Amino acid sequence: MRLKLLANISRSLLLARWKQTLVAAIGVTFSITMFITLLSFMSGLNDLLDGLIINRTPHIRLYNEILPAQKQAVDLVPSFHHYYNFVRSVKPKNDLLQIRNSEAIVNSLAKDSRVLGVAPKVTVPVFYNIGNIDLTGIINGIDVEAEARLFLFKDYVTEGNYIDLKNIPNSIILGKSAAEKMLANIGDMIQVTTAKGNPIQLKVVGYFQSGLQEIDKVQSYCSINTAQKMLGESNTYITDIQVKLKNILQAPQLSNEYAHLYDTEAVDIQTANSQFETGSKVRSLISYAVGITLLVVAGFGIYNILNMMIYEKMDSIAILKATGFSGLDVQRIFIGIALFIGIFGGLLGLLFGFGLSAFIDQIPFNTAALPTIKTYPINYNPSYYIIGTVFSILTTYLAGYFPARKASKVDPVVIIRGK
Amino acid sequence: MGKTILETQNISKYFHDPLTIQVLKEVSFSIKQGEFISVIGKSGCGKSTLLYILSTMDTDYQGKLWIDGELMMQKKEVDLARIRNKKIGFVFQFHYLLNEFTVLQNVMLPGLKLSEHAAKEVEHRAYEKLKILGIENEALKLPNQLSGGQKQRVAIARALINDPLIIMGDEPTGNLDKKNGDIVFQIFKELASSFNQTLLIVTHDNEFAERTDRIIEMEDGKIIKH
Repeated sequence: MRLKLLANISRSLLLARWKQTLVAAIGVTFSITMFITLLSFMSGLNDLLDGLIINRTPHIRLYNEILPAQKQAVDLVPSFHHYYNFVRSVKPKNDLLQIRNSEAIVNSLAKDSRVLGVAPKVTVPVFYNIGNIDLTGIINGIDVEAEARLFLFKDYVTEGNYIDLKNIPNSIILGKSAAEKMLANIGDMIQVTTAKGNPIQLKVVGYFQSGLQEIDKVQSYCSINTAQKMLGESNTYITDIQVKLKNILQAPQLSNEYAHLYDTEAVDIQTANSQFETGSKVRSLISYAVGITLLVVAGFGIYNILNMMIYEKMDSIAILKATGFSGLDVQRIFIGIALFIGIFGGLLGLLFGFGLSAFIDQIPFNTAALPTIKTYPINYNPSYYIIGTVFSILTTYLAGYFPARKASKVDPVVIIRGK
Repeated sequence: MGKTILETQNISKYFHDPLTIQVLKEVSFSIKQGEFISVIGKSGCGKSTLLYILSTMDTDYQGKLWIDGELMMQKKEVDLARIRNKKIGFVFQFHYLLNEFTVLQNVMLPGLKLSEHAAKEVEHRAYEKLKILGIENEALKLPNQLSGGQKQRVAIARALINDPLIIMGDEPTGNLDKKNGDIVFQIFKELASSFNQTLLIVTHDNEFAERTDRIIEMEDGKIIKH
């Protein structure tokens, strides 16, 4: 009952100065709109850029590096354990790129409950032969279905059908830039030579575009069987095992575990791409900083308008106090005004923010680097709307608190005797 | 005569700015139920200052003040606000009506604040008070649509809404012409005689004062005649 009376008084004071109130509310609306739009857009962009890497990168990659053995034969002989053994001119062995016992590792990983999927891969360094000229390149032999399921392979095949890679023997999907250099159309045969000198004819069934031109110049894809055939290896020859986890945050810990368990090198996505996480964080930070700055500015607007209102309404405050309203009641009346501006302006801001985001979402954004993106990216994360609401109420409350406290301290005797 | 509703004992007050001056010097008197009292004196004799101390709005004084048998010293601001709300009605020189509210709402505000009656009941009572003052037809107008005399009558209706123990007035006719001043005086007289309403009116209009039941005359912060 009492609060309702105070709310009524707030409302009447508000409506009596509705133009000023509207200006203050528009300030809040504008800042919340920008806050929501900025964060949605920034975070959409972050997701897109992270996606460029994260979608295409295994959470953990198991591989063998060409390294000299850590322990030489002499170190393993028991009678030499207590000696310092010096072995000079150590050279790495030739066949170390292969992951030993790969089939068992793949099976065991596939059974691990923390793992979403496993895709084996064979990397083949090659020369693309164009007449007399050889271009260096890398052909990835992939498990087409696993690659499509785990790493969105399909999205990056811009022309041709990705599944042809599996169905047509000796087929290849060329990097877009490499294909342009070779003038290779879909359906053409091209010739590549492996590092060991074996020439092989491959049929182009599609183009691949990752968005990173340097990669598209050299990388191409064929099925894992084709790659093994090119190298003249058996069907157990695997150079990389790519693991996608259910929870990406477990990657560093699991990569250690797998490195020990399977006795291979292992690298997790966080270590391999730490710069992306940093970039995302900084971008989010900037968006929050700008959004909060806008809100604080809007807060000052509310503060000013309430201050003016209190000067104008000194007489009213005095008579309210004279007729039995306490200082606290007066304070509540003015905080009520501020909160009304904050809630009304904030809600409108959420609506406009959503609208503006949706509008940006419709603006065409075509770039050769990002084949899957047709419009500007937007992330409609509800948490931005919750943060926006909380901040708008918080800043307007604070902006209202100080003028309201001043109003509560107005001495009616001074005002009334001053007349 | 009725019971004592307001009593002071040795009330003193000092102003400290720019120099320390004693404006009230040990003022002691009492008011009984149903009295129509006027306080007169020259400008600066402390009569308004005394009124604001009696109204509980000014708490910076020495001495004792009882309203309705309750000692006002050491009471919290919220409690004093409630006493003003329930037991004291004010009429100032200026009407102090809220321009955002209609006449009726202005009269109702202190009643709603007291919230001893439902909103409907407060509205009904507000109409009755307006009727006593002969301005019930203006109830739904905004204050700035009324004449000065009408505004002052609305202010009196607002003072009456909670049936206060005492109505205090600080030069309530000071801003009015002779005709409207007479109307307001007649209303006070009527309230005192028909409703046994206690009134304490500060004025420097001697003609006004002579027609009241009791005159308190002040000079230099002291009561010289009561």
